[in-house]
Amino acid sequence: MNAPTRFDQGRNDRAATERLVVIGNGMAGCRAVEEVLARDPTRYAITIFGAEPRVNYNRIMLSPVLAGEKAFAEIVINDAAWYADNAITLISGDPVVGINRAAQTVTARSGRTETYDRLLIATGSDPFIIPVPGHDLPGVVTFRDLDDVGKMLAAAQTGGSAVVIGGGLLGLEAAHGLSLRGMAVTVIHLMPTLMERQLDEAAGFLLKSELERRGQTIVTGGDTAAIVAHGGHVAGVQLKDGRLFAADIVVMAVGIKPSVTLAKSAGIDVERGILVDDHMVTSDPAVMAVGECVQHRGLCYGLVAPLWDMCRALADHATGAPSGYEGSVTSTKLKVSGIDLFSAGDFSGGEGAEDIVMRDAARGVYKRLVIKDDRLIGTVLYGDTADGNWYFDLLRQGEDVSAIREALIFGQAFASGGATLDPNSAVAALSDNAEICGCNGVSKAKVVGAILGGAQSLDAVRASCKASASCGSCTGLVESLLNLTLGGAVQRIEKTLCKCTSFTHDDVRRLIIEKQLRAIPQVLQELHWTTPDGCASCRPALNYYLLCAWPGEYVDDQQSRFVNERMHANIQKDGTYSVVPRMWGGLTNPRELRAIADVVEKFNAPMVKVTGGQRLDIFGIKKADLPAVWADLNAAGMVSGHAYGKSLRTVKTCVGSEWCRFGTQDSTGLGVQIEHMTWGSWMPHKFKIAVSGCPRNCAEATIKDFGIICVDSGYELHVGGNGGIKVRVTDLLCKVATEAEAMDVCAAFIQLYREQAHYLERTAPWIERVGLDHVKSALLDDPETVPRLARHFRWTQSFMQDDPWAKRAAGEDAELHQHLAEVRPLEIVA
Amino acid sequence: MIGEWLDIGPVSQISPGNARTLPVHGGAEIAVFHTLDNQFYALVNSCPHKQGPLSQGIVHGTVVTCPLHNWNISLKTGEALGEDRGCVPTIPLRVDAGRMYLLRSAVVGERAA
Ligand code: SRM
Ligand SMILES: Cc1cc2nc3c(=O)[nH]c(=O)nc-3n(C[C@H](O)[C@H](O)[C@H](O)COP(=O)(O)OP(=O)(O)OC[C@H]3O[C@@H](n4cnc5c(N)ncnc54)[C@H](O)[C@@H]3O)c2cc1C
Ligand code: SF4
Ligand code: FES
Repeated sequence: MNAPTRFDQGRNDRAATERLVVIGNGMAGCRAVEEVLARDPTRYAITIFGAEPRVNYNRIMLSPVLAGEKAFAEIVINDAAWYADNAITLISGDPVVGINRAAQTVTARSGRTETYDRLLIATGSDPFIIPVPGHDLPGVVTFRDLDDVGKMLAAAQTGGSAVVIGGGLLGLEAAHGLSLRGMAVTVIHLMPTLMERQLDEAAGFLLKSELERRGQTIVTGGDTAAIVAHGGHVAGVQLKDGRLFAADIVVMAVGIKPSVTLAKSAGIDVERGILVDDHMVTSDPAVMAVGECVQHRGLCYGLVAPLWDMCRALADHATGAPSGYEGSVTSTKLKVSGIDLFSAGDFSGGEGAEDIVMRDAARGVYKRLVIKDDRLIGTVLYGDTADGNWYFDLLRQGEDVSAIREALIFGQAFASGGATLDPNSAVAALSDNAEICGCNGVSKAKVVGAILGGAQSLDAVRASCKASASCGSCTGLVESLLNLTLGGAVQRIEKTLCKCTSFTHDDVRRLIIEKQLRAIPQVLQELHWTTPDGCASCRPALNYYLLCAWPGEYVDDQQSRFVNERMHANIQKDGTYSVVPRMWGGLTNPRELRAIADVVEKFNAPMVKVTGGQRLDIFGIKKADLPAVWADLNAAGMVSGHAYGKSLRTVKTCVGSEWCRFGTQDSTGLGVQIEHMTWGSWMPHKFKIAVSGCPRNCAEATIKDFGIICVDSGYELHVGGNGGIKVRVTDLLCKVATEAEAMDVCAAFIQLYREQAHYLERTAPWIERVGLDHVKSALLDDPETVPRLARHFRWTQSFMQDDPWAKRAAGEDAELHQHLAEVRPLEIVA
Repeated sequence: MIGEWLDIGPVSQISPGNARTLPVHGGAEIAVFHTLDNQFYALVNSCPHKQGPLSQGIVHGTVVTCPLHNWNISLKTGEALGEDRGCVPTIPLRVDAGRMYLLRSAVVGERAA
């Protein structure tokens, strides 16, 4: 009867003194409290536990503190006075170790226990430590709180060298700080691109080059094996590939994991993070969670922006006006002074999605916008981030950008100015003396003059007035001028390398040398490629051009090679491979034949065939068996026949003077010598050679790329022959007296072809294009040329002639041959 | 753990721009792709044209060019792009904490899953 009264009264008492306990004195925890107080200052009696022995500060500013650009005092968000003024009890330096949900109490390490009506877990996340040997040595630190910064500064006092493991946002900011503090810094990153989660290949490359320019050593694709010690203290980092980097301090910045242990042990539902609903409430209605420690709609966040939205929703709920949090789109900026870098949304590209790319090599700018269904869905900006926020806004609002699409990439200022939407009219608006080509100082009037003077194509303009002939960044402007002057009747004489660029093969080859371009991403950037990572046509071409331009230095890019060249075998229609070992000049011996016979039986190859190239082809070998097959063939002294390569294929010979009654010279011996000189060389296309002992020409030398017909008085050297699709008989290049001369001309001709032909152009179409006279005079006018080119060819060969099979047999790139795993459904169910 | 997602190991097993294969006993071999933009996709390893092994093609953007006759196949939808017509089944893949997971039912079929 009076029970209700007591009950009511009881509830009123409680209501007056609702106790809110917060675990975590960090960015989310305190922000949440601020939001609650802003809505209802009197509702809760608030207690905050903090593991760190200090007031609440802005964690993201630890980077500037490390770099010496800020002092701790400057990054404090709420000082002691704030806690006092709002009657908040701060229990710092005393982590909570247990939650008793039944009794609604939390207990700290000191034993201190507090009762709550509502509990807020804001424990953030813990740095991830890769469990390699030595990870717990003194001198191995993480980058999460002020104490970590203290440790790094202490180490920096004495100078020396630092290794940062992890090339993400955190790692790079640590590296920047430490190098500003005078340490020699090496960054070791597992992936081939820095910050791969935020950046695409192009931007990652620019960032890497800039950091290297600043003296940091950046090791990408580096997999840490162990942290090595000396005298009980860290001394260096050892990679799986054996490389060792000395270090007086090692910073682990490989990632973070939501800190959920406390919640988990209290029986609150946890996956990767603490599971919360749209009001930041956990599986226990009395317990809320916020910040990096939570998992909301399947996502865990590692940035501050989402926290602000979470805290708003949380406060609305905690003060009885629930609104709801729906997740956040995040953007990233790197806080390294002097490097402007911005990325947001999804830039995985792909069809349906459309890339707009702008590159300005002179200013080191790379901008990429990804558009889908007339909406901006992702962006990466490097070098010029002025419009980052504008793009991010368009992206979040999901605004229709079709109207400003043309000008979008040029930024807000440009895109908003209506008149300039059509690039042509923008150019038309330019004054006559406006500079079009900065590199060669060519005015609009000059270009128009050249066009009216008959230069009716891009290449003609480049030839006549030099506009867009150097860096190419004004190519778009010149094309607009062509359109304006000729009324859209622009025709290209030479076609471009591929749809990704306005440059021709020759332009690209010339500029690679002129501008000393040494890597594919660098070419894409410097030559203003319109796609982020090229396509299946330009990547292999660029890979060859770089290989040819920088022998012994350029590292071949496997991802840019066709399957046959990546697997060093010919793929068959059924996905198996054929293996063709080299048989020098078509000669073989019992040992080789036995080895081949054994391989055929051991790997039960369904077919062996004598090829049209005078050697044996073993068919039907499985991807996984290739290394074993090669090992066996190597053991018998055989190497790859490159039957799969844009490279020297075969040197066919006939029996020649050694046996044949008509033979005039030792064609077999010469063929073997030539194959030993030329094997392993990469070419624009496949290259075939033959040596016939007399004009009866049994080796079909006159349909080969380079053919030799022996005659009594010496050697006739023929070039540009082709069997295959369009048969072309060779042209006679010259006649020489000795084997040595024949070999030199052969080497020189190959080098000329390697340097001048377009990728995928065999000698026949190449000579048809440039003319035999060009080739003749290029080689023969100056007697110095042949020896010089021959020397150069032999020098490049010194880097090329290691058998790719031997390396693979020894385990190189093993993953290309092995399956990821095997799935046996029955065992899974069991 | 045996759930609806099948753990196929750490992402570091596949370098960007490459693909690796996953034979399925009593099922179609699967190709798992890692694009240069660090996206991950899984398709049945068989081109809709003439069953070429897509895992061996050149990867650019979110497209793989088949090694046999250069059809371009979307890694996102499995559809042939451009003039060519055809489609290969995709397998739902998700990356979580640096590990790759395939939707079990799509890999081994409802029966086994
Ligand atoms: C195995 C072989 C046929 C045989 O059983 O004899 C062969 C097999 C292939 N040839 Fe050939 N060609 C073979 C000798 C020839 C010859 C004869 C010769 O070299 O004396 C020619 C005509 C001469 C010439 O090349 O000018 C020849 C002209 C072609 C062509 C057309 C080339 C052209 O410029 O028109 C192609 C297509 C291409 O390369 O684009 C081709 C392409 C191919 C490919 C690589 C098709 C492909 O891309 O998969 C075949 C690979 C099969 C395999 O898996 O091994 N094959 N091919 C011969 C291997 C020679 C060797 O030992 O390396
Ligand atoms: C060096 C650095 C630079 C960064 N730069 C950026 C940036 O530029 N942009 C960006 O958006 N984000 C950045 N971040 C990430 C950002 O700082 C975090 O997203 C944010 O701090 C998360 O807030 P939080 O409250 O969830 O976690 P925290 O801020 O880490 O707060 C959690 C607090 O809880 C305490 N705690 C944990 N367990 C207990 C316990 N059992 N008892 C008591 N207390 C406990 C911890 O000590 C910590 O103080 C950076 C982070 C770092 C470390
Ligand atoms: S002739 Fe045609 S079918 Fe025969 S091997 Fe050469 S490419 Fe293949
Ligand atoms: S099988 Fe793939 S393109 Fe022909």
